[in-house]
Amino acid sequence: MAAPEVHHLFHNPIADHSFSADHSTLAIARDTTVELYGRAGSAFKLQDELKGHDKTVTSIDIAPNSGRIVSCSQDRNALVWEPTPQGYKPTLVLLRINRAATFVRWSPSETKFAVGSGDRLIAVCYFEPENDWWVSKHLKKPIRSTVTTLAWHPNSVLLAAGSTDAHARVFSSFIKGVDPRPDPTAWGERLPFNTVCGEYMNNSAGWVHSVAFSPSGDALAFAAHDSSITVVYPSAPDQPPRAVVSVNTQLLPFMSLIWNGEAEIIAAGYDCEAFRFRGSVDGWELSSAVAAKGREGHGDQREESALNMFKQMDLKGKVKDDTQLKTVHQNTVTMIRPYEHSNGVVRKFSSSGVDGRIVIWTV
Amino acid sequence: MSQSLRPYLQAVRSSLTAALCLSNFASQTAERHNVPEVEARTSPEVLLTPLTIARNENERVLIEPSINSIRISIKIKQADEIEHILVHKFTRFLTQRAESFFILRRKPIKGYDISFLITNFHTEEMLKHKLVDFIIQFMEEVDKEISEMKLFLNARARFVAESFLTPFD
Repeated sequence: MAAPEVHHLFHNPIADHSFSADHSTLAIARDTTVELYGRAGSAFKLQDELKGHDKTVTSIDIAPNSGRIVSCSQDRNALVWEPTPQGYKPTLVLLRINRAATFVRWSPSETKFAVGSGDRLIAVCYFEPENDWWVSKHLKKPIRSTVTTLAWHPNSVLLAAGSTDAHARVFSSFIKGVDPRPDPTAWGERLPFNTVCGEYMNNSAGWVHSVAFSPSGDALAFAAHDSSITVVYPSAPDQPPRAVVSVNTQLLPFMSLIWNGEAEIIAAGYDCEAFRFRGSVDGWELSSAVAAKGREGHGDQREESALNMFKQMDLKGKVKDDTQLKTVHQNTVTMIRPYEHSNGVVRKFSSSGVDGRIVIWTV
Repeated sequence: MSQSLRPYLQAVRSSLTAALCLSNFASQTAERHNVPEVEARTSPEVLLTPLTIARNENERVLIEPSINSIRISIKIKQADEIEHILVHKFTRFLTQRAESFFILRRKPIKGYDISFLITNFHTEEMLKHKLVDFIIQFMEEVDKEISEMKLFLNARARFVAESFLTPFD
């Protein structure tokens, strides 16, 4: 396996990151700004700073085809940044929420995006050409706490959401005039706006940190604060699911997860490294860590002579330097995203952490 | 380190490591605010069950976790009146300088001698495992410090008493 590509950009937390489709631009949510990095050889160089938010930017997403960037922040706003020859032009979105916006993702069709918020609702936003602005419709009904995460189904109508009320839910976000009528799926046949297609909870009711649909869209996985991941296989509309498989681990909770094909899930979080889960409808299990621990030329192979010991005691007042973790990320991994993938199989994925690192991993 | 101290500190260490999984979480009740939920207590669903680890009736630790902050309160061993006074003076000295300790809370929780408040902003700029080490080391050192101060106080009291009483021999 190839060594991971590590980019240490700065010493601030990265809330979210997103690569453009050709991997040349990297957008990063850093404090109250969105920073755009361009690839220069093997490193990333700061190209542009998008300033428009006045509180922490919580989430960011680049639409792969149109190149539009959407960002949302704790100042209750979301902005769509349109690429123009003079640079990026921001457009404010009419979210109509009055708490923090927590998470944003473009739908695969790129005609809509969804914004999760602390107002206990999800704003599904679409462009209204007659008024020339982005307007939103609210998914409100059974959500009882902050929406922490969202994921789109490949058909751009179904939307999965996880929240701090410990539920992962699947909604329909069908908007007349924007979406073509979707084909019936295992989640539902007729899908008017705000249909709740499923509501799932795991055994110990932890806050849901991440949700993801499998590449086919026929299974849903979510990671919760009780260090578990749960995979749901629906059977038919309005029927109980075919299987709900929960995997409890002895690790710290996972913040983010992605599917790699239909039989593998990669998850990363507070343990600062990524783990693989393998399984199917019959059962799932934790298989291994994505990268072996311990880095070459660091820590383990350090000179262990008496001279070195006394030198360390003299310099730092202690024998061993234990400030470095053995993992590549030195703090919580906040987000992992597919980097190179085809037909749902991920060849490379990228991760961002609180330590200000972006790492590109080979699966 | 005594035999019963080791498992006690180990229990505190693993509970703290698990409780320090914090994330940035804006308030659900106040617009444009971001407050430690464990202090605000406005949304019950983002608070976790508090946990008490006790070594004996005089020594215990209370850990109150929430989504973006945790509060750790320590009850320091006080065997007699002198230790009680020493602990009070010692913690007062520290809490008056709370700004320079970052994670120290100005006022301890009722029933405890000293409290720490760690938010997600602390875990973002400091190393998480080092924060845990700091708390554990503090717990180890504080007992030693108090018993040393007590010994010193007794020695001094004896010396003072002796020098006062010599002329009357």
